[in-house]
Amino acid sequence: MTEPLISLRNVSKHFTMDRDLLGRTTSVLKAVDDLSLDIYPGETFGLVGESGCGKTTVGKLLVDLYEPTAGEIVYNGVDLAKVSAKERRRYCRDIQLIFQDPYASLNPRMTVGDIIAEPIRVNRLQPVEKIDDRVGYLLNAVGLSANYRNRFPHEFSGGQRQRVGIARALAMEPKLIVCDEPVSALDVSIQAQVLNLLDDLSEEFGLTYLFIAHGLNVVKHISDRVGVMYLGKLVEVAPKRELYRNPLHPYTKALLSAIPVTNPALRTKRILLEGDVTSPIDPKPGCRFAGRCYAKGECVGCACDDEMPPLVEVSPGHFVACYLHPGAR
Amino acid sequence: MTTSDTTTTSECPIILDVKGLSTDFVMKRGTVQAVRDVSFSVHAGEVLAIVGESGSGKSVASLSILQLLQPPGRVVAGEVRYRGQDLLLLSKREMRDVRGNKISMIFQEPMTSLNPVFTIEDQLTESIRTHMKLDKKAATERAIEMLRLVGIPSPEQRIKEYPHQMSGGMRQRVMTAMALSCDPDLLIADEPTTALDVTIQAQILALLADLREKIGMAVILITHDLGVVAESADRVVVMYCGQVVEEATAQALFERPLHPYTLGLLESIPGMEDTEDDGQLYMIPGMVPNPLNLPKGCAFAPRCSWAIDRCASDMPPLVELEDGRKLRCFVDVTAVEPAAPACAPAESAPAGPTPAGPSPAGPASGEVRA
Ligand SMILES: Nc1ncnc2c1ncn2[C@@H]1O[C@H](COP(=O)(O)OP(=O)(O)OP(=O)(O)O)[C@@H](O)[C@H]1O
Ligand SMILES: Nc1ncnc2c1ncn2[C@@H]1O[C@H](COP(=O)(O)OP(=O)(O)OP(=O)(O)O)[C@@H](O)[C@H]1O
Ligand code: SF4
Ligand code: SF4
Ligand SMILES: [Mg+2]
Ligand SMILES: [Mg+2]
Repeated sequence: MTEPLISLRNVSKHFTMDRDLLGRTTSVLKAVDDLSLDIYPGETFGLVGESGCGKTTVGKLLVDLYEPTAGEIVYNGVDLAKVSAKERRRYCRDIQLIFQDPYASLNPRMTVGDIIAEPIRVNRLQPVEKIDDRVGYLLNAVGLSANYRNRFPHEFSGGQRQRVGIARALAMEPKLIVCDEPVSALDVSIQAQVLNLLDDLSEEFGLTYLFIAHGLNVVKHISDRVGVMYLGKLVEVAPKRELYRNPLHPYTKALLSAIPVTNPALRTKRILLEGDVTSPIDPKPGCRFAGRCYAKGECVGCACDDEMPPLVEVSPGHFVACYLHPGAR
Repeated sequence: MTTSDTTTTSECPIILDVKGLSTDFVMKRGTVQAVRDVSFSVHAGEVLAIVGESGSGKSVASLSILQLLQPPGRVVAGEVRYRGQDLLLLSKREMRDVRGNKISMIFQEPMTSLNPVFTIEDQLTESIRTHMKLDKKAATERAIEMLRLVGIPSPEQRIKEYPHQMSGGMRQRVMTAMALSCDPDLLIADEPTTALDVTIQAQILALLADLREKIGMAVILITHDLGVVAESADRVVVMYCGQVVEEATAQALFERPLHPYTLGLLESIPGMEDTEDDGQLYMIPGMVPNPLNLPKGCAFAPRCSWAIDRCASDMPPLVELEDGRKLRCFVDVTAVEPAAPACAPAESAPAGPTPAGPSPAGPASGEVRA
């Protein structure tokens, strides 16, 4: 069995919402709560879930933009909290983030060439005289002409700008790229270009991806394994085909049933979630999905309202956190 | 929302009539004609979708309608009649009254339209108080109710937060709450659900449908999600390079797309079929032409598999077909087989291997390769 490239072990990220007069926390928002996840070298792990469930927070924890409230992040077998400053810098180079918004994430005053050259220069990844070549190479790698290096971001289309973001991430020679909704803002024909590109690059550069997205068809296309989050928790993890064929968690089923399709013949019966969206602020004990779960009634004698079910393996590689499945009880 | 009630809405009066709208960006390097002679109309209570490639002028068209263009952008021709009155002739003050009261807009980039230094409460109640003449307490109550409707949990607590404390999708929904808080007559929603998962997206679309039912709100829905279009729009306008290239009811467009660009668009959607092979996705060959240097004839010609000689030299007019559809193309794609594209600019060839050929619904495979 290969070792994971990176692991989150019981990681939490909480934000304080309110304090009493003595400064003690009285209300917390549990953006990510006791979450464990392994990502293996060379795989693309798709992360989906309700808006606000903590996906971006997971991404920011991985690229070290957030410090975990609890738990550890283990990279190549080493606990990140215990590494030296030098090793930490190395880590920050290995793990790169592609931002959701191509418009906002590129400095409008810098040429595309400078945007890509900067991380190479700052981290001394190439001798000075080689930087130009490297920039040209990276532009070509993402399917842009090297002549584009003197242009400014606003002169590019959305899809081209997204590729510039990818070239900048590649400039760091990363091992893992966290893609936070890299295609949500793009129209379908440009989405296809970017997805095909990520696919090719993973082969060429041996990259590992954490791919956060709302488009379930996009996730299905690009991922090897998929994790489904609900309110700060992973509720289901499975190889992609297994997940789409045989979703087990009631939330996953609802999610898959709600995909809008252009062909009415392919439209399946929607599972509509009743009630208000559950809040991550001071969550009640019990299953995080209990407030909206339409299957709770079937779960006779389950502790749905008392304790969060653990994530258990119900078939090889298929994990689910729901009492309906034997093993969780 | 369903597509089946198109007949009812098209019998409703036209509330917005855009005629020959053209918008330019004049820059040192040249002029970008972002919107070129665009016409469409919206009936009361109707959902009109605008789709089209990134950069095709969808956002600029909607900003033009509301007089929200930033220089160097300028409307150079056309009229925008809202309930009979040309909005382009209104003063800044009159226009401000229309915006928010009668017509409101959800902007494409919530981060740029929410003010980072004010709480959500400040921003929501301000617009509610100015337009609905409510006192502070009533405005806050209304704001909390709106946040609940767009699916923000614990709205009483979250209303006190700043935009950066919310997730991307939550910020987008705050924008929606703001736009809907004054019961608009017409909503222009520019990519309102891009940052949302499908269950919350469904909730937002249901909310729009509900308001349409209750207060007869009409919607211009700008989106690149063709699934959303199929499920919630009555009619669709397809744009390419600043022009309308096709207009049809949603049902007709998906059943029988007629413009080669529309065909390519439908073909690029990653499918949900349970296939073993997740190979390369279909891509429309080539790239959107440089807006500073548009082709003389049909703007889609350099990428079109159906192009004939005259496509490169003559601009096809937008013609109305018998069944009320509109189309800007010389060729009848239902009758003619596609040939290889005339030319696909070398620099624009997408990275990686050529896409897999499209399925039988689209152009014949193989021949589309750049
Ligand atoms: N800096 C912060 N301060 C306070 N709360 C925060 C902060 N960052 C995130 N949160 C909260 O943590 C929760 C998870 O946010 P996150 O951005 O991770 O969600 P997400 O899954 O990426 O959602 P989306 O799909 O809408 O982008 C949200 O309730 C959000 O408001
Ligand atoms: N401030 C500006 N200066 C120069 N050109 C501009 C400016 N704003 C927009 N444009 C140009 O106008 C054209 C239309 O842009 P618009 O934003 O309307 O596209 P869109 O259809 O909304 O695309 P997207 O799907 O990416 O949002 C593009 O070619 C764009 O480059
Ligand atoms: S554990 Fe109970 S409440 Fe939670 S998803 Fe399963 S059935 Fe529903
Ligand atoms: S066939 Fe000609 S007119 Fe029609 S889209 Fe293609 S290039 Fe344009
Ligand atoms: Mg996010
Ligand atoms: Mg736009």
